[in-house]
Amino acid sequence: MANLSPTVPASAQFVLPKRPNPILHFVRAQPMGAVSFIIIIIMMFAGLFPQFVAPYNPLDIDFASILAAPSWDHWFGTDAYGRDIFSRIIYGSRTALVIGFASSALGSSIGAVLGIASAYFGGRIDNWIQRFMDILLAFPIIVLALVVVAALRKTVIYGVDVNLIIAIAIPIVPRVARVVRAAALSVNVMPYIDAARAAGYSDARIIFRHMAPNVTAPFLIMFTAFIAQAILLEASLSFLGLGVTEPIAAWGLMLSGNAADFYREAPWMVIFPGVAISLAVFAFNLFGDSLRDYLDPRFKT
Amino acid sequence: MKRLIIGLVGVAAFALAGTQAEAQQPKRGGNFNFAISAEAPHYDPHGSDTYATLHFSSPFHSTLLRYNLSKFPEIEGDLAKSWTVSPDKLTYTFVLHEGVKFHSGDTLTSADIKATYDRIRNPPQGVVSTRRATFADIESIETPNPNTVVFKLKTANSSMMDHFASPWNVVYSAKDLAADPASPRTKINGTGPFTFVEHVKGSHVSGKRNENYFKKGLPYLDSYRGIFTLQAAAMLNALQGGQVLAEFRGVSPAERDRMIAAMGDKLRVEESSWTLNLLVLFNTEKPPFNDVRVRRALLMAIDRWGGSTGLSKISTLRAVGGVVRPGSPLATPEAELVKLPGFSKDIKTSRAEARKLLKEAGHENLKFVLWNRNLAMPYTPAGVFLVDQWRQIGVEVEHKQSDTAPYIAAMQSGNFEVAIDFSNLFNDDPTLSMTKFLSASKNPLNLSRANDAEIDKLYEQQLRESDVQKRRGYIQALEKRLFEQGYQQPILWWHRIVLSHKTVMGWKMSPSHNLGADLAEVWLNQ
Repeated sequence: MANLSPTVPASAQFVLPKRPNPILHFVRAQPMGAVSFIIIIIMMFAGLFPQFVAPYNPLDIDFASILAAPSWDHWFGTDAYGRDIFSRIIYGSRTALVIGFASSALGSSIGAVLGIASAYFGGRIDNWIQRFMDILLAFPIIVLALVVVAALRKTVIYGVDVNLIIAIAIPIVPRVARVVRAAALSVNVMPYIDAARAAGYSDARIIFRHMAPNVTAPFLIMFTAFIAQAILLEASLSFLGLGVTEPIAAWGLMLSGNAADFYREAPWMVIFPGVAISLAVFAFNLFGDSLRDYLDPRFKT
Repeated sequence: MKRLIIGLVGVAAFALAGTQAEAQQPKRGGNFNFAISAEAPHYDPHGSDTYATLHFSSPFHSTLLRYNLSKFPEIEGDLAKSWTVSPDKLTYTFVLHEGVKFHSGDTLTSADIKATYDRIRNPPQGVVSTRRATFADIESIETPNPNTVVFKLKTANSSMMDHFASPWNVVYSAKDLAADPASPRTKINGTGPFTFVEHVKGSHVSGKRNENYFKKGLPYLDSYRGIFTLQAAAMLNALQGGQVLAEFRGVSPAERDRMIAAMGDKLRVEESSWTLNLLVLFNTEKPPFNDVRVRRALLMAIDRWGGSTGLSKISTLRAVGGVVRPGSPLATPEAELVKLPGFSKDIKTSRAEARKLLKEAGHENLKFVLWNRNLAMPYTPAGVFLVDQWRQIGVEVEHKQSDTAPYIAAMQSGNFEVAIDFSNLFNDDPTLSMTKFLSASKNPLNLSRANDAEIDKLYEQQLRESDVQKRRGYIQALEKRLFEQGYQQPILWWHRIVLSHKTVMGWKMSPSHNLGADLAEVWLNQ
């Protein structure tokens, strides 16, 4: 009797494709994004553990080495107080990252909540929120930050100027709110949102549990992009004398004050902090763009 | 031929001399824009110690006497036409110019002088009189007629003429003061060469020629505008671009060099030592600064000699000195100065002693906020320097830089721990510089809020002493007491560098930026 049970040759067996390592996949898909990510990691390491990287204390004054040119002793030279510029840039990355991350996280989170709420409630609430966002958007980002920082003055907690973070976060809010609202509008008409409404879930539950996770991609992209903006804004405010105060190491501050007097004799005083700002902004912007491309399904078809 | 050449050279020299003489003839007219690097917290010089108030207010006011800046520190009359001092130096009689008018149209009389000086020596409630203590010796002020005012003193005071010439003691209208003694803080009515036009906060103050000014032919200018340039870079750019033609406070050596390179022979540079120093100031009412060991330790950690070498290259700070301007006749010589706490040249030993004192006081890991003004020069370098010096004995300092008005408010309310203060003098008289250290109960200018009977006694002794050697002894004893107790102490003295366009004429350089700010004799050679 013939054996009628079906046999499938081993070669014809269906095998689920192996899921690629997401990090390796990102590196292959977005090589420039990977490079920028490495720069960010280096910055974060420098910011978290500056004492292991910087050869000098950034506050050490050495009048014998005033305006020393780059050398083996001082890789990036010294400033008008004889302070080591390389060490100040390393410590300055902490200032940039703390203010950059905190401002962007605060601004993006508030913006995301307002954007989702605006899309979810619609009608009059949407109208009010969006007109308020229009008012905020009417001011150039630096002007709005200048006004806020001048009005709030300084409130330093654990060495961080909280009001500076708020001042930088406020201009971020409407920009994130706009983008997140657009994404949330499409989520809001999904059947599962209707189902949640029908099930009698509270507005807060629907917004935070069902809508927010579905706008994570634009949120993350905006968050990383605005870290760069926040770093740039912090540097601008410090340059204008409204950010952090001497002798704290901060990149914007390194471009102002004595640097304005001595940049002709000692151009390294402005070149290296300028390069540090550019590199950080470039890295975060590139990473944000890569993340957008990587997460956007349209780029995968 | 030789005679002809000599003759031609002679004619040419005569013609050139004539041209130069003509060039020095003041020209009337024009608007003068100059920079003021800080904005006045209010309009009242009686209650102020910042030049910002004087550069703002001086053109609107007159004083009884003033310094002749061509022969500084010689004194000349301003509102006073003449004066006499009795042989026992207890009676000062001033005869006033006649027909002097306030900008309101009222005629100035001796009653206005009396009301002004009464306000300074006995300020009504709500009125701040910064130099009240300097007139404590006045027993009475009499006005025998509208043009004569007589000051009678309780005891002779060797500094009294300097106080009458002080640029801060501008004369107000008795009528205005009777209506509201605090009105000069917000309203301007003086007898000065210019009348008030407007004050746009954050922008400028402007004035126009007082056609009724009592000094005939003055002022030369039609009008002026004092533009607030809080950022040094903005001021220098404005100077280079001709938006402002001068800044009368002073710039740093680096700024001077930059402007010389940029402007060449269009720029006039004038330099002088400066009757101005920055001090480190402890609020003795706030623990742990009520402990002399903590104050002394912090002073001993400062390497002034090293700091002078470095900071003089990048800022207006230069000379190391005690409470009297270094180099002036009554200043403490260096050999004596180095024996005082905070002035040792052996900084390692000094800092070791400082650590020991902090340990004894139980404050090895001291942390505090250092208040400072947000003027780049030289407050920021001084703040950066102090933070570094104190870090070297394990003290952590937060450097808080603030606008002038909130800074002064914090100082006057005592809402600070440690601050960088300034001693803004207008001459080298030790009484003037030491008034700041009198007990707080006697002098509101003592921002350390310390009361020290020994300092008060030494102050009195030097004030009454006519023998120079003995007076020097009292001054040095006061200095020693002050530094040992560590209430406050000069960090470094300043060096003044003033830049102006060569078209600005008639302004006179002096060791004090508080003098010569009325602009009466300034004219434009264009």
